[in-house]
Amino acid sequence: MKMSQNNSDKDSHASGNKNISLPISRVRLIMKSSPDVSSINQDALFLTTKATELFVQYLALSSFNNGSGKDTNTLSYSDLANAAEETETFHFLTDILPKKILARDYLKSLEQMQEEEADI
Amino acid sequence: MAERPEDLNLPNAVITRIIKEALPDGVNVSKEARRAISQAASVFVLYATSCANNFAMKAKRKTLNAGDVLAAMEEMEFERFLEPLREALEVYKKGQKGKKEVSEQKRKDKEKKLDTENDKSRDEEEEEEERMEEEPDAENEAEEEEVEN
Repeated sequence: MKMSQNNSDKDSHASGNKNISLPISRVRLIMKSSPDVSSINQDALFLTTKATELFVQYLALSSFNNGSGKDTNTLSYSDLANAAEETETFHFLTDILPKKILARDYLKSLEQMQEEEADI
Repeated sequence: MAERPEDLNLPNAVITRIIKEALPDGVNVSKEARRAISQAASVFVLYATSCANNFAMKAKRKTLNAGDVLAAMEEMEFERFLEPLREALEVYKKGQKGKKEVSEQKRKDKEKKLDTENDKSRDEEEEEEERMEEEPDAENEAEEEEVEN
């Protein structure tokens, strides 16, 4: 395992390959942490790494474009949480990008729910 | 195997650079947003791997290949990535092939000097087919149930 990792690192250096900037060895580690996966060929590894880069670009850009910080030139966490909630392709991120709400607002909505239940 | 949880993170410096390159000049990305994108990227890798693995399993293959990853992108509704991915893969393969040919040539030259006999078939990959054994227990149980009923 260690040897093959060193190899792939060398490979990306040796070819002067500016195709991808994320480390392939790290992506492989994440992929292998999935219990069902036994082996991954070199092309699949390359494609997943490249896809992850495209994904980062796409997530950042669409969160910014639909976000609230366009005038102030900022990208904030809430823009990402909104993208996860509103864009269908980003729905799988809602668990790790939960919307933040103030405790005050949460308590209020909790109260409201209890009142509604009481009404019924 | 991942020994520490940090091993499943992607390097922050690289993620930050990719974000900067994707956004218009001068956009300020909060630290929290950068961390969130980085975590999202790790989850994306896991999600894509699991989708791709399903395709490999359906085809009774043990090794994930390029087709599985592309199929996974389609399933995840990231069709927009397909074209750039195919192009990148082609460039990557050309690079690999070029390197292979160079080293292959070197090896052959060396071997020619040492030995005239050469075996060409060694590059052929062997594909191994393994069939899952069906669980006999499950069948037995089903039969038993039938008898009882």
